[in-house]
Amino acid sequence: MQDLYREHILDHYENPRYHGTLAQPDFTHEESNPLCGDRIRIDVKLCHKDGRDVIANAAFTGEGCIISQAATSMLLEDVVNKPVDEVEQTDPQHVLDLLGVPLSAARVKCALLGLKVLKTGIKRWKLSRQ
Amino acid sequence: MMGNEFMLDIARIRADFPILNQSVNGKPLVFLDSAASSQKPLPVLQAMEEVYRYAYANVHRGVYRLSELATERYDQARAKIARFIGAPEPECIVFTRNATEALNLLAYAYARHFLKPGDELLITELEHHANFVPWQVLARERDIVLKFIPITAEGVLSLDALEALLTERTRLVSFAHVSNVLGTITDPAPIIQRAHQVGARVIVDASQSVPHMPVNVMEMDCDFLVFSGHKMLGPTGIGVLYGKRDLLEAMPPFLTGGDMISMVDFDGPQWNDVPLKFEAGTPAFVEAIGLGAAVDYLSALGMPAVRQHEQAMTAYALERLSEVNGVRIIGPTDSRIRGGVVTFTLDRVHPHDLATLLDAEGVAIRAGHHCAQPLHIRLGLNATARASFYIYNEPADVDALVEALYKAKLALRR
Ligand SMILES: Cc1ncc(COP(=O)(O)O)c(C=O)c1O
Repeated sequence: MQDLYREHILDHYENPRYHGTLAQPDFTHEESNPLCGDRIRIDVKLCHKDGRDVIANAAFTGEGCIISQAATSMLLEDVVNKPVDEVEQTDPQHVLDLLGVPLSAARVKCALLGLKVLKTGIKRWKLSRQ
Repeated sequence: MMGNEFMLDIARIRADFPILNQSVNGKPLVFLDSAASSQKPLPVLQAMEEVYRYAYANVHRGVYRLSELATERYDQARAKIARFIGAPEPECIVFTRNATEALNLLAYAYARHFLKPGDELLITELEHHANFVPWQVLARERDIVLKFIPITAEGVLSLDALEALLTERTRLVSFAHVSNVLGTITDPAPIIQRAHQVGARVIVDASQSVPHMPVNVMEMDCDFLVFSGHKMLGPTGIGVLYGKRDLLEAMPPFLTGGDMISMVDFDGPQWNDVPLKFEAGTPAFVEAIGLGAAVDYLSALGMPAVRQHEQAMTAYALERLSEVNGVRIIGPTDSRIRGGVVTFTLDRVHPHDLATLLDAEGVAIRAGHHCAQPLHIRLGLNATARASFYIYNEPADVDALVEALYKAKLALRR
């Protein structure tokens, strides 16, 4: 029974990294999963480094199941200091690998909500600059 | 129906449901999601297989023997279902795909036709989306005023509020006989009487009552009543709309095409008689025959016994769940006014995590908003967990649920 809720997942749930909001984010995006009501909002602060837009800081708030919240915490830990273009290409499998536990199809949606919010946020930010 | 005795011979019933006799994740399956859809007993599967093997041909078309056989059985199924809900004649029974389609049929063929801008339509805060969205769409499209009967803190409909909401402009009232979330059993008769006094018509969403308790449309005097076959031992793809005959006759068709006309020439069609007027195209007649077999199965058990068994299960579940620290029951805690649906939350545990952990123990429950998001908004909850019972559940299933809950709490350190 403990399989899915391994120590590191519970730890990210109970002590989420990059949790909260940012004072002056470059963009903010929020989405919810209509099926279970999981909701995640992510703020992102960017900087310019070596000619590329890089995620300088990020923060999330939300509510929902352990999987959606822990996966977002792990995701933000992973993407800070990475170029936006690279993050936009993140393979969903990468998030599942970060979680490192087998998920049923229904729960994969929970795990990928944070990534969806982040990617949509990036897309919108890019559109707004054009 | 007073005591909390378990009325059914569960061992015998379970022998008719081979699907229940399996393991999930190495644990015996404990199926507690019949409110979403029930399992099917062998007699239902056999009735359908028999049609496909020996009596299959399109209905209402052929003059040859096979088509006549299929048509005969289709008509018999309609008559069985009419008897089952106390309808005066089989012609009052329209087959649809499910309750959702039956409600849409009413929204299109009844409400869009007979309601005018400014008319009022009354539903309740506890409705399933199937009895919510079609009316929201209609209200927006036709400037019809949609109002909601509120629920009390106990999770029952407020009849006092009903008095204030009913006006001479109220044309239609539609409500769930039994809530699929709160389990609340609403006594339909007083609401129907009051609605009729102001000249409104009444639809009863009986999706969660017809499968689980005696229902008699003549006694409650509803104008329309809808339910789905798949929640009452029948197959998917078949549902029922009951309507008073004069109303069905006054309504225009919903879908058009074959079977629903009596004659077509180049000037136009003439509609077939009810109920065929509402059954355009080849109907799901094998499924209807399957539903007829399901009705036979339930009738043999006796609906009062089915209800009593579920009431006893509900009482037992309410009692056992309230022992678990952190469990909060959503909806009435009196099993006499609660159908076999027990919805709850566990403190600091998201229902989805809970459902996943219970699944690992072989216990199948539902988690989410159960297609009743407005109700969840009203309750201030994102999601809930729901265990629901049927004729094949026994107290040991509740014990397994409670044991799995304790394990989940342990795994999540709650
Ligand atoms: C109260 C209620 N109404 C309507 C429905 C819709 O049933 P169906 O999806 O079979 O159309 C359900 C099913 O969950 C229900 O519980």
